[in-house]
Amino acid sequence: MRITAEALGWSVAGTTVVREVSADIAPGETVGLLGPNGSGKSSLLRCLAGLRAPDTGTVRYDGESVRDWSARRIARHVAFVAQDSGADSDLRVGDVVGLGRTPFRDRWRGPDAADRAVVAAALERLGLTALADRSWKALSGGERQRAHIARALAQEPHALLLDEPTNHLDVKHQLELMELLSGTGRTVLVALHDLTLAARYCDRLLLLHHGRLIAAGPPAHVLTAERLAEVFEVDAELTADALGHPHVTYRGPLGGAPRPPAPRLARPAP
Amino acid sequence: MPPRPAAARSFAGGAVLFLLAVGLLVGSVAAAVRIGTADVGWTDLARVLGTHLGLDVEPLPPLVDSLVWDLRLPRVLMAALVGASLAVCGAVLQAVTRNALADPYLLGVSSGASTGAVAVVVLGVGANALGVTGGALLGALASFALLLLLLRRSGLDSVRIVLTGVVVGQLFTALTSLVLMASADADTTRAVTHWLLGSMAPARWDTVVVCAIVTPLGLAVAWLCSTALDGLSFGTDTAASLGIGVRHTRLLLLVVTAVLTAVAVATVGAIGFVGLIVPHGVRFLVGPLHRVLLPSAALAGAVFLVWTDALARIAFAPREVPVGVITALLGVPLFLLVLRRRGEL
Repeated sequence: MRITAEALGWSVAGTTVVREVSADIAPGETVGLLGPNGSGKSSLLRCLAGLRAPDTGTVRYDGESVRDWSARRIARHVAFVAQDSGADSDLRVGDVVGLGRTPFRDRWRGPDAADRAVVAAALERLGLTALADRSWKALSGGERQRAHIARALAQEPHALLLDEPTNHLDVKHQLELMELLSGTGRTVLVALHDLTLAARYCDRLLLLHHGRLIAAGPPAHVLTAERLAEVFEVDAELTADALGHPHVTYRGPLGGAPRPPAPRLARPAP
Repeated sequence: MPPRPAAARSFAGGAVLFLLAVGLLVGSVAAAVRIGTADVGWTDLARVLGTHLGLDVEPLPPLVDSLVWDLRLPRVLMAALVGASLAVCGAVLQAVTRNALADPYLLGVSSGASTGAVAVVVLGVGANALGVTGGALLGALASFALLLLLLRRSGLDSVRIVLTGVVVGQLFTALTSLVLMASADADTTRAVTHWLLGSMAPARWDTVVVCAIVTPLGLAVAWLCSTALDGLSFGTDTAASLGIGVRHTRLLLLVVTAVLTAVAVATVGAIGFVGLIVPHGVRFLVGPLHRVLLPSAALAGAVFLVWTDALARIAFAPREVPVGVITALLGVPLFLLVLRRRGEL
């Protein structure tokens, strides 16, 4: 599914968070959404997932504006994985993944055999089959993250939108997740902090700065030392790794903000 | 023969358990009607029911017949309806506010009801037209209207619901106390206190019929929101991304629980603890999935209140204890037991 943003703007409590963002994500493409904290990644992702109505501009799925779509109709097209959805729930993991079938079910019906098959496949895909009967509370942060992704897959979406899904994962699970996402054949838009990971697995990158889209294109085109200095305020060196993907080596933070001073133990004199 | 899948087995098992629980409720209602200051035998009970259902049986003496048909039966049925209603409201509000301590009175509805009741009893406002029940219902709905007014720009955020509910409840509690202290004599105060603690004694057929219409409707609406309630435990964005209209669902469920609570409180007062402990106990038994939890809580709440009300009638006979006192006395140890078994205490 093609996702198009046309001059999107969104603000909250008088602060503009997303400014005039236009972007086009082609069907089947894996796109990384990059930017420092507060650059508007999460907000843009929520606008594109239909969770926030943009103040200006239009979101289109396959060319059709979603402004008047119901939440249910949107949920049949797009699955969203939030950054930290660590509920204090004691649902079984299988039931949590089963929530992904919600948009396809009548309110009075329970899950049927087809639903259970989809859930079983999603659990299998994320290596969670053995945990299906485990209580949500008993999962580690990484397992929860994977269960949320299984839940999103159980939604059988045309596009997957994920907000920093690698956050709680160890290195192996990060790599496995990125392989899985880029191999689904679905349109994937994923907000990431790890630039090297993004460069390795994404077809294209979108770079946000103060709510504006300042660069879009293949990783080697978007990630340049000058841009990283400007946007992330870091002194970085870019090299090509053995596979030809850009690799980021950080030399340190740049200018203005020096390292935080060592904590003072003595109380200041009165 | 290949083994049946676990899901099918657990479904069949669940259906059997559910039917057993329905049977237990019917049996409890029948048994509880017999219990009281004057015991009624099974055959007498059958004769009373037969007489009123138009069957050809020999009627009992009018006094006994009236005791069973006009007082006991409506009272026990009311206990079943109110118990089911409070337990489900508690379970729903615990999910909507994502707060384990939520109970049906969290929204301040019961405080509004008591203000309305006190206004009628003490000040005589519309005493003839409304009666205590009508006054309490109006008070409950007024407090809920104030709650919605205060919440109208909040996006129905969980924390805001809890805080605003507490504030509204405090306001109406203060108003009730003010009216009582300023105008009531000792006897009235005692009567109102009895009502505030909750008692099934005022239940009559007219109020039972109202409850018997409103309660099943409310429970059905809540049950149809089961999946949404499951989804809401993962936060607004995740729930919305599953196609759940989060604000509409929250508003609908607030209205349903407020109306159910208002109808219950208006007749029998604010019976505490049922709405808090029954959902937790049932969750411990059947798990947190609302499709299963809500009907189970309804049955468990009904059985629990039928028996606690029977106990309230006979424990200190001939004096009757407010059932709210019994629910708390039984509820606290039960609640502690459940928490301990779940390793949360």
